[in-house]
Amino acid sequence: MLVSLEWLRDYVDVDVPPEELAERLTMAGLEVDSLAGSGPAFRGVRVARINSVQPHPDADNLSVCEVTTGEATYPVVCGAKNISAGDIVPLAPAGAALPGGLAVRSTKIRGELSEGMLCSEAELGVGEDASGIMLLPSDLTLGKELADVLALTDTVLDIGVTPNRPDCLSVIGIAREWAAISGKKVRYPSLAVQESNQDISEIAAVSIEDADLCPRYSARIIKGVKIGPSPFWMRRRLEKAGLRPINNIVDVTNFVMVEMGQPLHAFDLNFLDENRIVVRRAREGERFVSLDGKERTLRADTLMICDGVKPVAIGGVMGGLNSEVRPDTETVFLEGAYFNPSSIRRTSRALAMGTDAAFRFERGIDPEGVLRALNRAAGLMAELSGGEVLANAIDRYPRKVETARDIPLRCGRVRDILGAEVPSGEIVRILESLEMEVAQDGSEESFRVTPPTFRVDIAREIDLIEEIARLHGYDLVPVTMPAVSVAAGITDKKRTVEQRVREIMAGAGYGEVINYSFVAPQAVDQLSLDGADERRRQVEIRNPLSEEQAVMRTTMIYSLLLNAKRNAAAGRFDLKIFETGRTFIRSEEGRLPQESNRLACLITGLRYEDRWHSRKLRADFFDLKGCVENILDALRIPAPSFRADVREAFLHPGKSCGVFCGDRQIGFLGEVHPDVLARLDLTGTIVACELDMDLLAQHYTGKAQFRSLPRFPSSSRDVAFLVRRETEAGELIRLATDFHKELLEKVQIFDVYEGKNLPAGMKSLGLRFSYRSAEGTLTDEKVNEIHARIVQEIVHSTGASIR
Amino acid sequence: MREELRTLRARTLAELLNAGTEEELLEIRTRCLGRKGLLTGLLRNIASVPPEERPEFGQECNEVKEILSARIDELLAALASAKRQEVLLGERLDITLPGRGVRHGRLHPVTQVKEEICRIFSGLGFSVVEGPEVELDYYNFEALNIPKDHPAREMQDTFYVEDDIVLRTHTSPVQVRIMEKVKPPVRVISPGRVYRRDSDVSHTPMFHQIEGLLVDRGISLGDLKGVLTAFLKQVFGEDTALRFRPSFFPFTEPSAEVDIRCVMCGGRGCRVCGQSGWLEILGSGMVDPEVFRNVGYDAEEFTGFAFGLGLERIAMLKFGISDIRLFFDNEMRFLEQF
Repeated sequence: MLVSLEWLRDYVDVDVPPEELAERLTMAGLEVDSLAGSGPAFRGVRVARINSVQPHPDADNLSVCEVTTGEATYPVVCGAKNISAGDIVPLAPAGAALPGGLAVRSTKIRGELSEGMLCSEAELGVGEDASGIMLLPSDLTLGKELADVLALTDTVLDIGVTPNRPDCLSVIGIAREWAAISGKKVRYPSLAVQESNQDISEIAAVSIEDADLCPRYSARIIKGVKIGPSPFWMRRRLEKAGLRPINNIVDVTNFVMVEMGQPLHAFDLNFLDENRIVVRRAREGERFVSLDGKERTLRADTLMICDGVKPVAIGGVMGGLNSEVRPDTETVFLEGAYFNPSSIRRTSRALAMGTDAAFRFERGIDPEGVLRALNRAAGLMAELSGGEVLANAIDRYPRKVETARDIPLRCGRVRDILGAEVPSGEIVRILESLEMEVAQDGSEESFRVTPPTFRVDIAREIDLIEEIARLHGYDLVPVTMPAVSVAAGITDKKRTVEQRVREIMAGAGYGEVINYSFVAPQAVDQLSLDGADERRRQVEIRNPLSEEQAVMRTTMIYSLLLNAKRNAAAGRFDLKIFETGRTFIRSEEGRLPQESNRLACLITGLRYEDRWHSRKLRADFFDLKGCVENILDALRIPAPSFRADVREAFLHPGKSCGVFCGDRQIGFLGEVHPDVLARLDLTGTIVACELDMDLLAQHYTGKAQFRSLPRFPSSSRDVAFLVRRETEAGELIRLATDFHKELLEKVQIFDVYEGKNLPAGMKSLGLRFSYRSAEGTLTDEKVNEIHARIVQEIVHSTGASIR
Repeated sequence: MREELRTLRARTLAELLNAGTEEELLEIRTRCLGRKGLLTGLLRNIASVPPEERPEFGQECNEVKEILSARIDELLAALASAKRQEVLLGERLDITLPGRGVRHGRLHPVTQVKEEICRIFSGLGFSVVEGPEVELDYYNFEALNIPKDHPAREMQDTFYVEDDIVLRTHTSPVQVRIMEKVKPPVRVISPGRVYRRDSDVSHTPMFHQIEGLLVDRGISLGDLKGVLTAFLKQVFGEDTALRFRPSFFPFTEPSAEVDIRCVMCGGRGCRVCGQSGWLEILGSGMVDPEVFRNVGYDAEEFTGFAFGLGLERIAMLKFGISDIRLFFDNEMRFLEQF
């Protein structure tokens, strides 16, 4: 809401600098976003009177005027045709400056001395009219600075009015607030109307068919108007309020809307068939051309203002092209109404017409202020257009709009909520400064409060308490610490797991990224997910900002691949990143999707950043597997395993695996499939993993269990097995540990070799078996015996040979 | 004889001063102290010393022997030590080369801020809870006193999934979900991703908020000021000036916007604070009785306050970041600065 300080001063005294006004309004809840000072683009222009106009002796289209500022008289050569002796005009005498840096000088024009310049609005930069000299009101004092008399020096406040305060969407509304803050009185404008003898009912009628959507519809008629531009002051004020001046009728409707907050509409009565208004709902699909020239298709719940045969306006939103005020309009039918706020909002949203009128109606205007605004506008129209106002107004008000009355207020409650000792006298003072009626209710500490009808936001005790708080001042509320009852905090395993995982990954050198939760719908195609994959059940956003952000992601991998791409484009090919976030799988309609907390990691390029130590080490599957093992170990996930028989379509079939906790899959890990990389224009080897953190949290116990330290030495044996290439080392270890659990303490792989000196398709696995007993030192014979049996078992089960 | 002993002692000590190598030292040792050495020779001739002087002479001989022997050992040790030092110095590293090993990864600046705030509120007795990001219209709006067709919905441009399912536009729905689950006292914060249909230098369609809620008997606006003051001073420093000013949120009343003195210009007015000298940092207020009614709390018995703040905004102020979109570009050149 743009509020001109000069305009505001019509209704209330402001005796503080604009900055202080802004500060105090802000601290009372009317946030002033900005203060814009404005001033004239000219200097030294004064109010002057033309004493005489003589033809220029040497030029047909020029005249020589004698102009006086009261103190001095100037000869001025002028080309305009709209001036005559006695006119009051702006004079830029020699030495004055006009917009664009033009300096006015004494000069001779075709032999005649000219010591100044008479100016048009355009030349002064105050309007668009360049057709003639700007004519000023005749009662101005000669010699005064034009900038002062036109109130060109002004400050405009941009106030962010919150949705609960429609009463502040007007200059008077802001004046009322300032009055309440500063203790000043509001001066309301005169509503007196000079009426003619003819009664409005003789030539027009109004009927409301839908009182739900239109509880009140009132009208005035102004006859014999002469359409023309509004006077300078009104145009100026409208511009400062951000509105474009149109003509002296439409401008008045806008002026009164900004002044009092009541939107109005002016019809040309000539275009209202049968001279009557019918307020009804539209027929589904009905078409209508609004004032802006656009054809609209209406829905059955749209409230229309119609005449005897056709719609003439979308109620509360915009008038129609078929009935607008035109240059030859003679009789104005002026509408003032109260419309159902929700209905207006639905309509303006559905038609995408966020007009100034709809903005106010949907927030709620003063239902009892309709006639006041109508009278104010009718009076102004008569004054500015030379018309006369017919006697009486039509006021159809079939359904009373209820406003709050007698709201109980307990002073004790005020103090409890605020935590501040506000005396009851102060409470009453504040409420009365807001034009509320306060009546005592049984005791000095309780009241019944009736807010003014324009305060549609106040209906409950708590609403009153807020008013008291904001005008008493939030800064007067003492700072205290709550005396809370002690209660055990809620422990959240998910959060613990997420924090641990972040620490581990960061410690392992992975940088954290955060991606948008939405991706392109094609993500699942790019990842080659098959038709049955549940990750194809994407949650679609109805109104996405772009196709790249149209669905919620069902896996995090795609986002990380895009990160790799972006960083590669920036010249960064070595990357270790991770993200924790959610994935979303669509449920049946009407139900929330299944959200799952995930960890995803990606590594590509060099294993270590410090190239001089290990310049050729490139990251591979085992780098990331190590991280995953670390996480599982740190979280003490029981029975973790990695299984190659579980495949993801977007991972390399020979270099990937599922991650398991017992029989439950908790994630996957592997090199990204070369086809996927090619599709995304990525190069090199990329290894990625994704783990379900909800499952990690489920299996996370966080408990360690102490075991006694071994008292007897262990004994170890190394064996190199020659096995087929596809034989898994894990299988050998599993066979060994399954075969003998008691004395075999652990099995480690100390060497993996394939290539030279080995038969094709074979590899060598070097295993170190450690044996230990809790009872005593094992003898060599005993170890040899067990060891031989274990090796025999492995050879027997896998067809391995010993090297 | 005793004269000879003194001469031997003085001469040998002088020789030792000049001896620079192990060989020279060993030669001196053999020559003076060896089995056939000079000192041994003197002792052997003890017969030529008058009997009454013999014990004293013997003692003197032993003293000289010990002095010379200790001196030689000392010099030998010093030589060995210098030699070893030379060998070790030959193994000298270029210690200006960078160290080996994994460089730690950086946490995202938003995570850093989130964790800091969670730590502060944990210290104040708040628990951390979470809620869904794809949310029912009921929790995101209606239960928070934002009915359909209400202009307050315009405060947040919403992504829709279905008529009654939205991407949550704030973390406030978690308030309702937690109050439906537990009875007062409630003291929780809830960080998370939120979504609004908006994109420019200062808006991204996804960002992070932290919601806070405290409900108990006798909680007042003064307590709201106390807790939020304590919090903001921990985040921005003890000297941070703040102000609470009236505002509007449908689910709190009275509502307060909290501003801090601009951290960029110190209140003189700059581009970051829009010349006002203040920065909006969080929204807060006393929980509206309507919200309590929706979750079945007795608004006469319990009062409470709620607040919410944007994590990116805090991170931008703390780190001096000017474009919010950088947080989600995920470029290492950006992320590795924090």
